[in-house]
Amino acid sequence: MLRMILRRLMLGAITVGLVSLIIFSAVEMLPGDACTALLQQDAQGQRLANCRKELGLERPAYVRYAHWAGGAVRGDFGMSAHGDKRISDMVADRFKNSMLLGICALAVGLPLAFVMGIFAALRRDRRLDLVLSALAIAAMTIPEFVSATMLILVFSGWLGWLPGIILTSANAPVAAFFPGIILPVAVLAMVMTAHILRTVRSSVIEVLDSDYVRMATLKGVPYRSMVLRHVLPNALLPAINVVALTVAWLLGGVVVIETVFNYPGLGRLMVSAISDRDLALVQAIALIVASVYVVVNLSADLMTLLANPRLRTAVEKRP
Amino acid sequence: MSASLVPAASGRASAGAPTLLVLRDMLARPSGATGLVLVLLHLVVAIASPWLVPYDFKAISASLILSPPDAAHWFGTDQLGRDVLTRTLLGGREAILVTLVATPLAVAWGGFVGVYLGLVGGRLDDVLMRVVDAFLALPWILKMLLLIVTFGTGIGVLIPTLALFYGIPVIRIARAAAHNVVARDFVLAARARGHGRLSIIGRELLPNVFDALMVEGAMRWSWMLLAFSSLSFLGFGVSPPTPDWGLMIADSRTYLPIAPWAGLYPIAALSSLIIGINLSADALAKALGVDRAQKAPI
Repeated sequence: MLRMILRRLMLGAITVGLVSLIIFSAVEMLPGDACTALLQQDAQGQRLANCRKELGLERPAYVRYAHWAGGAVRGDFGMSAHGDKRISDMVADRFKNSMLLGICALAVGLPLAFVMGIFAALRRDRRLDLVLSALAIAAMTIPEFVSATMLILVFSGWLGWLPGIILTSANAPVAAFFPGIILPVAVLAMVMTAHILRTVRSSVIEVLDSDYVRMATLKGVPYRSMVLRHVLPNALLPAINVVALTVAWLLGGVVVIETVFNYPGLGRLMVSAISDRDLALVQAIALIVASVYVVVNLSADLMTLLANPRLRTAVEKRP
Repeated sequence: MSASLVPAASGRASAGAPTLLVLRDMLARPSGATGLVLVLLHLVVAIASPWLVPYDFKAISASLILSPPDAAHWFGTDQLGRDVLTRTLLGGREAILVTLVATPLAVAWGGFVGVYLGLVGGRLDDVLMRVVDAFLALPWILKMLLLIVTFGTGIGVLIPTLALFYGIPVIRIARAAAHNVVARDFVLAARARGHGRLSIIGRELLPNVFDALMVEGAMRWSWMLLAFSSLSFLGFGVSPPTPDWGLMIADSRTYLPIAPWAGLYPIAALSSLIIGINLSADALAKALGVDRAQKAPI
């Protein structure tokens, strides 16, 4: 058991390491570096050479990677390319805001997804199921910017109930983001609910079709206790992993949603960092986002491992 | 579903059900028929639109700024006085062209690599799958933006970029599908006969994972469209004045409460295409007997 947990932890660490390598080499391959971004027009001759020397850019790539990765482990990502701010300071508030958005969406979306998914499965192929499945497909396939634009049009433009654009500054306290955060949370929760609902539904259906549920029905277990005691515990466990994968996918969707609503989160910072060619900032954000993904997946793995005794046997099967 | 459509679970004759039967099965479902009709309609419009459109898509008119739909301009005009009907009809061409070329490329290379890894296994498989995992840990939009910032936009960049990135998740699907086949008797027999790896992949594995790859391709297509239009929306995709749905929606957002037509028509066009593709993909999965509900949403 302990060995398996350690093994997962190690695999997670390896993934983060690989990601950091991919990010570093990707940015390395981009034309230009921190100095050309900093000096812009003046980036030539002696000034360029001096700047490179000052920032240590003339060192070989592996030395700079070691320096960067070493700093990142301690939470120090160096200075932004425009030279005036520490990246860790710029990122901290934005990260908090993005987390707020994500947690609110999870808090709304998760219960909804599970309840609707279970009901859809129990009423398989009847009207409720067909309606929910159709809605889910629509919600998960229509681009976020489209659903966001529609919501802004209806709730902000026509009804005037909620602000369509968020003007709160990045370092404002959490309470200041209400009620502006409601619409972005709604878009995010909608997409997430759709994804998880589909998985929960198919997972419950799979268990409903299994032999032991048929057996329970045949021996006269009442429907309600059959569902609650036999079906749900077995069906919902696999859904944990899908929740984790959905969170990862959300990290991409968040970028679009934050841009649409002008929300001061990590995603919008990333878009502006990429437009400004602030490579140091891009590297830092990419690494943070990827680490969140790995951590979320790792905790889902461990949760399933702890909750499901069958996985604890020594047989180690790689997916 | 007719008996012949049950996915052939054994033997090498299972090169997918005959195309016509699959099509008939898809059309027999209301959702599948709707999806196919929507997709077909969009393809026809994309091909024929240059001859259909009533106005020049670049024609700016100061007197017609944000004028509501009327007899002359059925869908109204946008913030520069351009005809929205014209731009909506033309607005999907670039997206459809790019994604229709990139999807088969992505499925082809991802499918081949995945099947190869599934067959070979061992150290190479271990290492490459770690790299794939690491790659998937980065949000798609970050990867796309980085490449676009480096190499610029335009069809010449977007097609290889999309094909490259969307092939990576296909590796996983194809590898998993190949694992189900590799241990079968007919693969063993082919090995015993002394066939090489490429011959086993081409003659035994690919025909058997073909159905899964088809369904995967249909879904990749809709995700690529989503990515393409999101990039346009963020201002990293198609450059103006080329009409594009994502760009049109972005441009119209500020005026949406006073001139909803400028945004709603491209929204309807984009959504109907994406929903059409997904309904078709769903019907295709059911017709081929491939379960797509468990797929990871990446």
